[in-house]
Amino acid sequence: MRKRRAAAAIASLALFVAACTGGGATGSPAPSVPGELGDTEGALNLVAWAGYVEEDWVAPFEADTGCQVNATLGNTSDEMVTLMKTGNYDGVSASGDASNRLIAGGDVSAVNLDLIPNYANVFEGLKNKPHNTVNGVAYGVPHGRGANLLMWRTDIVDPAPDSWSVVFDPDSPYKGKVTAYDAPIYIADAAVYLMATKPELNISNPYELDDAQFTAAVDLLKQQRTIIGKYWSLYTDEIAAFTAGDTVVGTTWQVIKNILDGESVPVEVTLPKEGATGWSDTWMISSTAKNPNCMYAWMNYIISPAANAAATVYFGEAPVSQAGCDEAEKLSPGHCETFHATDEDYFSKVYYWATPQKECGDSRGAVCKDFAEWNAAWTEIKG
Amino acid sequence: MTTASAAPPDGAGFVRRTASALYRRPRLQLGLLLTAPIGWLVVAYLGSLALLLVNSFWRVDAFTGALLLEPGLHNFERLLSGEVFRTITIRTLGIAAVVTVTDALIAFPIAYYMARVAGPRLRGWLVVAILMPLWSSYLVKVYAWRIILQDNGPLNGILRPLGLEGPDVTAGEIRLWIVFSYLWLPYMILPIFAGLERIPNSLIEASGDLGARSWQTFRRVVLPLAFPAVVAGSIFTFSLTMGDYIAPNQLSSVQFIGNVVQSNVGIAGDLPFAAAFATIPVVVMVLYLIVARRLGAFESL
Repeated sequence: MRKRRAAAAIASLALFVAACTGGGATGSPAPSVPGELGDTEGALNLVAWAGYVEEDWVAPFEADTGCQVNATLGNTSDEMVTLMKTGNYDGVSASGDASNRLIAGGDVSAVNLDLIPNYANVFEGLKNKPHNTVNGVAYGVPHGRGANLLMWRTDIVDPAPDSWSVVFDPDSPYKGKVTAYDAPIYIADAAVYLMATKPELNISNPYELDDAQFTAAVDLLKQQRTIIGKYWSLYTDEIAAFTAGDTVVGTTWQVIKNILDGESVPVEVTLPKEGATGWSDTWMISSTAKNPNCMYAWMNYIISPAANAAATVYFGEAPVSQAGCDEAEKLSPGHCETFHATDEDYFSKVYYWATPQKECGDSRGAVCKDFAEWNAAWTEIKG
Repeated sequence: MTTASAAPPDGAGFVRRTASALYRRPRLQLGLLLTAPIGWLVVAYLGSLALLLVNSFWRVDAFTGALLLEPGLHNFERLLSGEVFRTITIRTLGIAAVVTVTDALIAFPIAYYMARVAGPRLRGWLVVAILMPLWSSYLVKVYAWRIILQDNGPLNGILRPLGLEGPDVTAGEIRLWIVFSYLWLPYMILPIFAGLERIPNSLIEASGDLGARSWQTFRRVVLPLAFPAVVAGSIFTFSLTMGDYIAPNQLSSVQFIGNVVQSNVGIAGDLPFAAAFATIPVVVMVLYLIVARRLGAFESL
């Protein structure tokens, strides 16, 4: 009886192992880029950041193209990569710490920009960025751009900070009530701070960190861990923490500040003098898109002036074109000024989220830390 | 006992004949009845567990997310060499143990009162009261505690006028201890209640007749008889605390085993490493259950 039980167990285990070796994606074949568009399919399944696909600008799109939009919220870049890997979606609004992974994993296709007429009007500063263009091949269109800002409770934090030191100084007066973004990409924020405070490290790109630079950034973050109250990864968690007073200062997105303003929580934001990390999310088309024509229609629509203005005013980021700015001015006067939409100088101090890779991209060669090492370090930092 | 194999009446249908056939073959009947639940248990539950464990021997290209089916012990090497994983494991098991002891200490008096002191009506109401929190979802309770413990929350509202402070976000372990003890208390009370109810009154009386005072009776008769029930309850509190990741994420910046598993599953699907780390709770629970069985907990569940 025992032998029979053991045999049955081994047999079932063997069955499962056999089943497993069949599967396992090792990268799909290069997806084809369409030469011309066909009829729209009637549906569109998107993975998007919260606030990117809202009724206000989706309804006109649906009425115009007949593509019924179903948006799945991705709360983090990692979640978005995982969702795209299922192959069940047509497109995604990927940040730079997801876009390169999606490209390398074959989960998204290159884009034929000739089929997207509105792309011609996009600011030059948003074209051909490393997070959306690989070897000169474009992989999507930008939704907008923005920076990770420093936010604080104006009734608790005094004087108003202008430097990231308030969240990195181990003797910060707000010890225990500091927050930071809970993702490995936050290591770049530490690197940006080190660019100003430790110039001898020679950090020129916060996503290309060699051993010495990376160790310095990780040490800074381990030191920061002692003053952190709670990290945040869901934007709703940061809203709750600032409202409750559990957190009084830390990294944020403009949309969070806008929501807190709406709830009468006294907060203020700034781009500190050391600069900041930021993001320019790219709408990318899935390599297994079942509704490619709808996706191309969406990519063209979301960067059209009216839609882009509506979307970027809502979220709190800079529009992608001058025409978009002009439309945004009508919705929210001073919008483009607040978000420095045409200020390329400002954005030169914003380091867009990018995926760290071994190849440093400069004379150092392939000695930089890649994403796996950033991820492993982040677990260690949080402890 | 003889079974009269009466021939079914003329015109009896398929169902009738099958029913008679099964009646005559009780073991076949039992086997067929159990196929569905055991099949579910083996295929869906044990099968997926086996799949997870098989996964832990593979690795992933962390950049592209592609699964590389080359078996090896790299994940386990990484687990054993990384100090942070040891810290996280010890912290998780430590808090699970503390929560278990706390719940046992709180639950025992409550269960004793319910089982041996309260009258039948009061007992009924107490059972209802204990089960009520189980009607609300886990998330609702965690969010409720997040609000209670927050800086401008009710707990500080009560303590601050007295010059005290509740545990803030930095006192993560204390917060989790409080909340986990609250969450799993019903699961500890009920088995102990059932176990104490089963102790026959005659034993207590006999102990008294033999000259034992009430405290001695408690220590030498009631406690040993109730101990398996306490172990049964501890299975829930220990395993539920050990496997949790939502409460640590919501209430603190502390990492549990589950948080590392979750963060690795999300990142380009490094399922193999997450699976490797997940084997630790599996192994711990298997050992725990073996010990619990020895202590007689399974009869008290």
